[in-house]
Amino acid sequence: MSRRHLAILTAAVLAATTLTACGDSGGSSGAAGKTLTYWASNQGASLEADKQTLQPELDKFEQQTGIKVNVEVVPWSDLLNRLLTAATSGQGPDVVNIGNTWSASLQATGALVEFDDATLAKVGGKDRFVPAALAAAGAPGKPPAAVPLYSLAYALYYNKKAFADAGVTSPPTTWEQVAEVGRKLTGGGRWGLAVEGANPSENAHHAFTFSQQYGGEWFDSAGKPTFDTPQNVAAVKRYVDLMAVDKIVNPSNAEYAQNQSVSDFANGKAAMLLWQAAGSNLKSQNMAPDAYGIAPVPFPATPPAGGRKVNSMVAGINLAVFKHTKNTDAALEFVKFMTSDAEQVALNRTYGSLPAVSTVANDPAFAAPEQKVLQQTLATTAAPLPQVPDESTFETLVGTAIKELFAEAAGGKPITEESVRQKLTRAQQQMR
Amino acid sequence: MSTTTPSRDVAAPERPARRAATPTDRRSPGRRRSLLPYLLLAPAVVLELAIHVVPMLVGAWMSLRELTQFHIRDWSTAPFVGWENYRVVLDVDSAVGAELLHSFGVTVGYTVASVGLSWVLGATAAVLLQRPFRGRGVLRALFLTPYALPVYTAVITWSFLFQRDTGLVNHVLVDQLHLLDDRPFWLIGENSFVALLTVSVWRSWPFAFLCLMAGLQNIPGELYEAAAMDGAGFWRRLRSVTLPMLRPVNLVLVLVLFLWTFNDFNTPYVLFGGSAPEQANLISLHIYRSSFKTWDFGAGSAMSVALLLFLLLVTAGYLLVTNRRRNDA
Repeated sequence: MSRRHLAILTAAVLAATTLTACGDSGGSSGAAGKTLTYWASNQGASLEADKQTLQPELDKFEQQTGIKVNVEVVPWSDLLNRLLTAATSGQGPDVVNIGNTWSASLQATGALVEFDDATLAKVGGKDRFVPAALAAAGAPGKPPAAVPLYSLAYALYYNKKAFADAGVTSPPTTWEQVAEVGRKLTGGGRWGLAVEGANPSENAHHAFTFSQQYGGEWFDSAGKPTFDTPQNVAAVKRYVDLMAVDKIVNPSNAEYAQNQSVSDFANGKAAMLLWQAAGSNLKSQNMAPDAYGIAPVPFPATPPAGGRKVNSMVAGINLAVFKHTKNTDAALEFVKFMTSDAEQVALNRTYGSLPAVSTVANDPAFAAPEQKVLQQTLATTAAPLPQVPDESTFETLVGTAIKELFAEAAGGKPITEESVRQKLTRAQQQMR
Repeated sequence: MSTTTPSRDVAAPERPARRAATPTDRRSPGRRRSLLPYLLLAPAVVLELAIHVVPMLVGAWMSLRELTQFHIRDWSTAPFVGWENYRVVLDVDSAVGAELLHSFGVTVGYTVASVGLSWVLGATAAVLLQRPFRGRGVLRALFLTPYALPVYTAVITWSFLFQRDTGLVNHVLVDQLHLLDDRPFWLIGENSFVALLTVSVWRSWPFAFLCLMAGLQNIPGELYEAAAMDGAGFWRRLRSVTLPMLRPVNLVLVLVLFLWTFNDFNTPYVLFGGSAPEQANLISLHIYRSSFKTWDFGAGSAMSVALLLFLLLVTAGYLLVTNRRRNDA
């Protein structure tokens, strides 16, 4: 073999490697017989349960349109990284679920199809969607980078029996009452409230709500971080003080990151829980729906100047289409199907979430007390997280800072305004 | 990385005089034979290029770019920023640089402690298991279990053991042995470093044990007999026979353990999840968070390149010093 042959061989090997890397996506043109790949986020009790929920619906879609959908359910811990990889490489699924707080961050990559009026018209029109949910689907002033699929909101879940035993007749509506009621309920192996202290996303969501109530913002109008303002310091301190000062949260919650707080609530180890649509999760842990009550997330008794009446983020899951798809029309067809009235009722009923379209809001499937509270919250007192490209970074940095504060509180260190400010300043300095 | 010294040179007490290459040796009957070595090397070279060299060059290229979410899709067009990323990540007065320095310090302490403890444990076990006795085979197999288990399974089990309320560690320490009054946290706060170190040593000492046991078996018994005749006791034999004879094994063992431990990502990632406590924030995890969680791949690449240079320097220095000592001996 000559040197030339060798060169050819080398080139062939390299070409083969590249080709395997570029494989699949397999887009053929023509109406029927197309195949889409869909990454679904984990909504139910397990990845397998989600697949069982989704598959019959996808089969229905194939029957109607001839378009086959291959679904993969991706756990939340992997989803953002996988989306980023797909955006970078231009390889990957056609349709994906994204957490709605990431909308602007992912929009900044330019990898998602933007839903301008013409595109929205193809999936049923702008007016179908709940306005607040659609607002949490992209950066302000730009067309949404996704459409809402499932809507969620935070609420206060409380154990009815524990409340009755302690002589508490109604759920707390202020943080002061939460502390007071929590102290009554704490003791004998039970704690007043459970929090997910080591989960950065969860912490960031509460940081947002408390900050709104204290008149703070995490980003200014130019999208620059304003993490360590006095309002944000007071807001974060209020949240961490539930453990550090009020002592109604088990210090062990500082290492919770895998929904252990929901389990504690389901098992009666905690009497209250702040969560979004916990119902299906509680049911899978054998807590009967009539064992707990649902109330809106509380406010401060006397809100500071500038405080807003916001007690939840507009939480939810969106559906997005990658620009690299070779089947844009089929992908939009699928988006239309998933946001159709029938599918919205079927899927949201299973997951205990709320429909993202206003046409089915009055369906009996969403008349349970839990859904009523969530619906009311979303309609009146929820606000979307800042829709800026750095949003996902905010979740990581501020969420981690609060995790460290909880760790210090659990270790018995005093949490002062100064220590909170230091953490938030350091988080802000890492944004660049 | 350390292929400069063929292994037979390491094992031999004295470097054999290099055989002078005669012209007749080199001249082969035809072109075919002279090409064969290159042909045989080709797959390795291609794979080495594809797996190591090209990604490394891409990483170095990325470190000179502003590679954030705005440019990630068309990453080849990310704006050139020169040394800016290095300036930021290496400036210890900035928050980013200070964090990197902190995690570097944590990693150095972690590596020294983990490699040291793993070596001591491995060496002790290897010496104790030298003499044949009933059950030696079972013990050997048992000692190697941590090395054979899949990382994820093993470390996630440790994370259960270390849970504050329900973990076995606190159950034993507090409820059974009554050594502590208060249940300590292991996965957050100060103790997280101890927890991480425990898992790391548990994982890597069997490798030290395996290498040192093999090394010990290669020491001829006559050396010990001769030493005993000269009246050498246990410690003297250890110092004058065992350790010098183990030197080649130790050189490789310590270097490999150092590199593995310094770059360890799996242990902290599985033990703590994506965000480790600051006391146990190893540099590899820190780089991961800077790149993939805060979406600044330029700065992340700059950190990686700086880390690579540091490891190359340490390795080169280590090989230089240990080679010189051997030549002096």
